[in-house]
This record gives sequence, C-alpha cells and structure tokens, in this order.
Amino acid sequence: MRTLRFLLRKEYLQIFRDRIMVAQLLLLPAIQLALLANAATFEIKSARLVVVDEDRSATSRGLVDRMRAGGRFELVKSTTSAERADDAMMRRQAGVILRIPREFERDLVRTHTAPVQLILNAEDGAAAGVTLSYAQRIVAEYASELAATLRLSTLGGEGPVAGQGRLDVRARGWYNPNLDYRFYMVPGILVQLVTMVGTLLTALNIVREKELGTLEQLNVTPVTRGQFIAAKLIPLWSLGLVALTIGMLVARFAFHVPMRGSVLLVFGTASVYLLAALGVGLLVSTMVSTQQQAMFVTFFIVLVYLLMSGLFTPVRSMPIWAQWIAQANPVMHFIEIMRAVMLRGAGLREIARSLAILSAIAVGVFSLSVRQYAKRAA
Amino acid sequence: MSSRTGGRVRAPRLPSALGAFVRKELHHIVRDRQTLAILLLMPLVQVLLFGYALRTDVRDLRVAMVDPTPDVLTVRLRNRLESTPRFRVVSTATSTALLEDQFQRRVADVALVLPTSFADGLARGDRTPVLLVTDASDPNSGTTMQSYVRAALADFESDLSAPGRGPVRIQVASRMRYNPTLESANLFVPGLIALVLTLVSALMTAISLSREKEQGTLEVLLVSPLRPWQIIVGKVLPYLALGFAITCLVLLAARVVFAVPLRGSLTLLLAESVLYTIVSLSLGVLVAARTTSQRAAMLGALVGTMMPTALLSGMIFPISSMPGWLRPITNVVPARWFIVIARGIMLKGAGLGILWHETLVLAGMALLLLVAATRSFHARLD
Amino acid sequence: MTVSPDHGHAIEVRGLTRRFGTFTAVDAITFDVAAGEVFGFLGANGAGKTTAIRMLIGLLAPSAGSARVAGFDVSTEAEQVKRNIGYMSQRFSLYEDLTVRENITLYGGIYGLSDGAIAERMASLVERLDLGRDLDTRVKSIPLGWKQKLAFSVAVLHDPKVVFLDEPTGGVDPITRRQFWELIYATAEQGTTVFVTTHYMDEAEYCDRVSIMVDGRIAALGTPAELKARFGGETIDDVFVRLARPGAAA
Repeated sequence: MRTLRFLLRKEYLQIFRDRIMVAQLLLLPAIQLALLANAATFEIKSARLVVVDEDRSATSRGLVDRMRAGGRFELVKSTTSAERADDAMMRRQAGVILRIPREFERDLVRTHTAPVQLILNAEDGAAAGVTLSYAQRIVAEYASELAATLRLSTLGGEGPVAGQGRLDVRARGWYNPNLDYRFYMVPGILVQLVTMVGTLLTALNIVREKELGTLEQLNVTPVTRGQFIAAKLIPLWSLGLVALTIGMLVARFAFHVPMRGSVLLVFGTASVYLLAALGVGLLVSTMVSTQQQAMFVTFFIVLVYLLMSGLFTPVRSMPIWAQWIAQANPVMHFIEIMRAVMLRGAGLREIARSLAILSAIAVGVFSLSVRQYAKRAA
Repeated sequence: MSSRTGGRVRAPRLPSALGAFVRKELHHIVRDRQTLAILLLMPLVQVLLFGYALRTDVRDLRVAMVDPTPDVLTVRLRNRLESTPRFRVVSTATSTALLEDQFQRRVADVALVLPTSFADGLARGDRTPVLLVTDASDPNSGTTMQSYVRAALADFESDLSAPGRGPVRIQVASRMRYNPTLESANLFVPGLIALVLTLVSALMTAISLSREKEQGTLEVLLVSPLRPWQIIVGKVLPYLALGFAITCLVLLAARVVFAVPLRGSLTLLLAESVLYTIVSLSLGVLVAARTTSQRAAMLGALVGTMMPTALLSGMIFPISSMPGWLRPITNVVPARWFIVIARGIMLKGAGLGILWHETLVLAGMALLLLVAATRSFHARLD
Repeated sequence: MTVSPDHGHAIEVRGLTRRFGTFTAVDAITFDVAAGEVFGFLGANGAGKTTAIRMLIGLLAPSAGSARVAGFDVSTEAEQVKRNIGYMSQRFSLYEDLTVRENITLYGGIYGLSDGAIAERMASLVERLDLGRDLDTRVKSIPLGWKQKLAFSVAVLHDPKVVFLDEPTGGVDPITRRQFWELIYATAEQGTTVFVTTHYMDEAEYCDRVSIMVDGRIAALGTPAELKARFGGETIDDVFVRLARPGAAA
C-alpha cells in the first residue's frame, strides 16, 4: 500500500502539472455543452414554403393562410408555374412546395374530397419528415374546419348535429413540458464527456509512458501490475467524476436543466460506469504503441459507442438486431439512467434493471482488460 | 491516384528531395498498419451504422389508452389506431393511475386520455376534450409522436361523420423529393465524407506534424535545402492521396451496399472533395504550427475541426433548426458548404451552375487558409 | 538480504535462449558474473544484447535455458529478482515533468525505502552530484549529462545487488562520460555488480571482464587484456571488428 501511495502521488502531480489535461477537463465540457445543447435538435423552427396555387379560389387561399398562420412555414414565393417552384427547391430556396390543383374548391364542394400535393426537400434529412407531419396536420385541421362550414351551408345552419362532435386535442409533454431539446441532450452529453475523459485519457496516459520509456523502467521495479493499474486508474476515475461535477454544474446553472432525481444516484452510477470506460482505455493501451494510434483507436471505439447509444437517434428507432447490440453498450445504459434520473426523477427502483446490466458490463469489461493488460505486459 | 501523385512529384521540375520526402511520409502512413486499418475501417463501419442502424423516424408507437367509460367508440378509436402499423395499443385502462409507472418503465410512449362519457359527448356534437400525453424527455421523438397521433385523431374525426354524408377529405399526396424513401444512408453519406476527410486531413496532419516538432525531426528538415512550402507540401500530399482514396472507398461502399445514388457528375464530386481536403489540411497545418505538443495539437484539432464538422455542419442536425445566434457561426465551418455541395451533386444531380456559390466560398477558404498556414509555419521557423 | 548460494556469482546464465518465431535472437548463451564485478556486455546492433538483458531483468521470458540473478531464478522468482536489481535504459527514464526531489522520492518509495532512508540518500546524492540548487527543478530542464548521472544514481538508490546499464552514456560528452564511469566504480566498490552494455570500445577497457556477442552467441569472454592477447589486437575495438565482421558478412 505504501508503494501505491507513492505512485498515486506521482500521478496526481503529473496530472495537475499538465496544462493540456486541465484544459481538456475544463474546456471540453463547456464547449461541448454549449454546442451540442444548442445545435443538436431536429425541431423545425420554420420551413420555407413555395405555393403553386393553380386553383386561385377562396378555399385554396384559405389553405395557404392556414399554412402561414402557424408560424411553422414561411411563404417565400407564390407562383403558378410548377417549374419555377422546382427550380427554387433545386436552389435550396424552398424546403416545401404546396401544389393546389385546379378545381380544388369545386371538387371539395361536389365530392367532399380533393387532392393537394406536398413536395419536400428530403435532402436535409431529418427535417423533411417532421415538416411533413406539421403540414399534414394543418391540412387535416383545415379539412375538418371545412366540413363544419360546408355542412352549415348545406343544412342552413342548424347548430351541432348528432354524431358530428369534434375532438379538442390538448397535448402535454411529460417531464419536459416546453419540449426543450437541451434538457434531453445535456444528460447524454455529460455521459459522452465522462466517456472521453475515462477512455481517451486512460489510453493516452499509459501509452505516453510507453512512448517515453518510463513504463519499461517501472516494469523492472518491484511495482506489481495491480499496483500500477490502480495507480493509473484511481486518479483518472476521480478525474472522470470531477469532469461530471463540472458538467453538472454548467448544466444546472447555465442551461437550467432540471435535476429531479437524486444526485447521489447519478454519481453512484457514474462510478460504476467509469469502470467500463477506464477498462476500455486500458484495453486500448495494450493494443497500441503510440499516442497517435491510441487516439485513433479510442476515437473509433467511442464513436461507435456513441452512435449506438441513443444519444443522437432513439434506440427504439433502430432495427431489432441493432437494439440488441445496443443492449451491450454501457454508454446506452448510462445515458438511459442519466435521462431517467435527471428528467423523470426516477429512483433506484425505476433504474434497477439498467443499473444491473450496466454493472455487469462494467465489471466484465474491467476485469477482462485488467487481465489482458497483465498478460500483454508480462 | 496516389501513384499518379507520386509520379508527378518525381517530375524533374520539383527538387528530388521533395520526392524523397513525400515517399518518407507515405512510408510513415503505410507502415503504421493499425492507424491505416482504422482510417479505412472507420468510414466503412460508419456507412454501415448510418445506413442500417441509425434512424430518426419513430416507428412502433406504444399507446396507453385511458377511458373511464369504455364503449363502442373506444373500440373504434383503438381499431382506427391499430389499423396503421405505426401504432400499437399496449393497454386500455379506466384510470390514469398506472400512467406514471408505464412511462417510468418506458413501456408506453404516448397516453391518450379520453374524458368520461366520451361517446355521449361526441354524439351530442360537443367539443370533446382529449388529452394526449407524450414522454417528452426526448422532445425530438416527442413532437413527432404528437404529430402522428394528432393526424390519426383527425382521421378518426372525419370517420365520425354522419352516415350518408361523406367526410370532407383533403388528400395529401406527399413526395420526398431527392430522397423519396428517406433512406438514412442517402442523408448521411455526404456528411460522412466530410467527417472522414476532416479526420484524415486535419487531425492526422496536425498530429503528425506536431509529432515531428516534438521529436525534433522537423528541425532536421528545416535545415535541409527544402523550403518551408515544400515541407508543407511534402507533409500534406500523402494525406491528400489518402483522403482521396477514402472518399472513393466510402462512395463505393455506399453505392454497393445501400445503392446511394450519384445523380450528378462524379468528377465534380471528386474535385470538390479535393478542394475540401485542401481546406482541412491547411487547418491541420495551422493547428500544428500554433501548438507545442502532440496532445495540444490533438485537442486543438478536435475542438477546432472535428466538433464543428460533426455538430455545426448540418450533417446530422439541420442548420435551420439551430438558434439564430448559432446559424451565422456555421458559415465559417467549411464542412457546412461541402455538405451542401455533396448532397447537391449526389442527391439532386446539381452542377456547378447551381453550386457555384458554395464552391466559391470553399475556394476562398482554401486560399485564405493555405496562405495563413504557410505564413504561420514560416514565422515559427525564423 | 540472503547470501546467494552460488559461490559469489551475481549472475549465472546457463544455455539461455530466446526465439521469435523461427528467428533465434539469443542462442544458448552461458556465462557467470562474479559479485562486485564490472562486466561489459558488447555486441553489434542486432546481435541479441538487448534481448539478453531483457531476459535477465525479467521483461522477457526465456524460450529455453535458465538464468539466476542475485541468486534468484529469472523465470520463477521474477519478483525477488526485481527487488535486487537496478536498471537504467538507453532511453532516459526519469519523469521529466517531475522535479529531481519528486523522482528520487518516487523511486525510493517504489523500492520500499523508509521516509528516513529516502531523506538520507537524497542528501548524500545531492552532495555527491552537487545538485543542491536543482533539487526542485523539473528534470526536463536540467542538462543531459546531469540527467544521466541522476538516472544512474536513482537506479542504485536502493543498493541493489546488481545494476544493469543499457548504453548509459549515449550522446554524452567525454568529460561527463569520465565522471559517469567514476560513479560506476564507486558503486562497484561498495559491492554492487555492474552489468553494462556500450557502444564505446574505450569504455570496454574500463571493465573487469567483457563478453562480445555475435549473432546471438557469445563469441569471446575474458578480461580486456586476455581478449587482446587471444585475438591479437591493439585495442578492444580491433578485437570487436575482427569478431563481428565475419558474422555480419554471413
């Protein structure tokens, strides 16, 4: 234990003398939170609309007015030429084209049905699907509005008709009533942060000693592998928690992200999760010989981790096989728990399953990598 | 292409020292099998992940229905929802007591809470309140789910019309132009090319250059008859070739595995990629010139190039969704322009006639950064 | 600690062999080093020197044969071996971002010295190397020659039975090399066995005995005088060239 004490002192001295390490700890969380929290949203603030109104009737104008009224669509051009609309979309001046065909009003009055066409620029990915659902809703609402007026005009305005009740839909978003994207992103970003600190710094730190030759020096001293690994990982483990603390403070005071559950639960989970993160870093360090390689390998692993974690895209939208793979991803479970505790105020009982899986993975990865390290270095 | 680059370097116009230098740099890259393997593997895995696993749409929506007074209309509503594959009603309860638990355990995504005597109200022709609760801790899917349920309810409402009088229907024919099936591979591949090019050119260059600085081998080069620009060219050419090769690899993989279209000109796309690579390389050289250690360069390249490329380029998150103050900032991110170009060429079949504006911006950036990079290098050495 | 049972031999090597795939880097070498001896271990690059040293200090497992260092078997008693040896590699191995004092404290602690012992040795080391003013300087910023001397002093801080020096004087000026060898002699006089590899043939003349390795085998072993007589050279350099050349051509 005395040896360990000396080694730990050395590690902490080195960490605090290293300005880049400190910058990484303080700078990365701030920048990442600021960027990701603001940039990572699929919400469509406004889509640019070009209208091709071939009908030019009161009804078609009514539809265009409804589209504009919601604030979701910004009318940039109104034309009768489909070619001109197409050209606008090609030049990225239009995100949506609404085409109302000739005889729209007449068909509606006569047959109660009429077609319209919505063309979306699907080049911008996720935006298109969301925009379409906004537009469809507006059209559907307009249709039921029309139903009421048409009925009134045919029946001579006799008030509510049996079987013609209307639904008054009020939506409520639980846990995040203002639908603030930052609330959702921030817990995930904190996880990513802890992952980067735990995995990348571990790999870099050990490989750096390899590159400098000091690792070989330590290997011929009586320092055991257990002592060495403990001396390396304990400081980084604590650094991970420090980074998490900084991140949580920024989240709380700069972004006003709620903390509905127990802080203790968050840190408890993080402590367990860090075992997995550090373990992966240790594993990487056994596979590479330069810091550059360490960085690329870590980068690769962390990237796959993050993409498969539900940080950016919901896990439940993945195909089934990918969801199964995601189950083995510690990042996924940690993110789930963070979101559950911070946003939904979940307690130990609610997260028990995720925490159990996470712990199993963490212990597994950690012991595997320690064993691998001992084998490689021998 | 890489062999052609080598051939050009060996041409008599350039000093043979430069040729030797480029060969040395190529050796570095090729000998480090591990890094090379990862550089080649990473884009392929990403193409596969983006193409197969990552989707932003919401399928399978699990609905919990609450109706204090279940009757035939409840069943009709339920059938209406379940007639589309998107919805799955997971429970029908008479009180909201269980909702919190269902949401916490994540077995329901949406709750539809009907009022007492739902059917009576509708029959009387009242405006009948319906409460739609979503788990909005993920607002992205939360909003989408709300829209889907609202659309389904609007349909249900139209169905309620009295017999004999047809419902009013405006049939929306929607078309997703340029990517009709919203294939995620189509959406992500152009961005992926930008990301990979940034990784190879900016990150790799910054690290390998600062490594030579750290190890003192750069000084050796500096006292050689090579001029600073030649050193930069020598450092940068192999990465240009590597980036080019990887672009081709990604395009090929996207084409073979996911049949991602290439509607415009391949030559134009490759030329634009080279232009973008030059911008990234210059950024990498700049980072290396300004930093003193490998790790500082790594951090600088991550914060200065990788993060903006991933987050502020519109690659994953649409720029139009970003807050007003952030949107102008995206204009200085080179990848933002490259992605417009790549999507334009691949998905829309656009040519220079349409993309000249973006191309001009990229070319301007390339020129500016190239000059700045050579300068900063100069200043450091003198 | 215990008296080694090997009649005063600090190192005993018997048929030590290391193969990498089909290539045999060290081919059944056998030799002894007496306690307190300064033993020069010479050989061209690639002759197998480094592989042999790595087996002796427990960084590499032998493919065949055995070796005892300070009385302990390197294959089965690696931990005891490590407690009783010091090692200074050709790459500078102190922590550059720590101060001189912190480095000394670290290695003292690693070898289990008490706080008192560390303080005492630090004081004597400071006096011997005249380091007083630099004690709290980061190792990064002290001159190379001093770094080497410091690295050596740290390698013998715990009074090991045997110290292994792998090309300790690379890149150092002649005066510092001279001083370095004085340190080596002083250490040997206190009973520590010194096992040193070097490229400088003049340094070989300082050794009690030298061995010359060619292609994984020991081609010659003896005192410098013996070797010069046997192979008919003016200097060890001559002997080395005569032995190493034919091997290199083959």
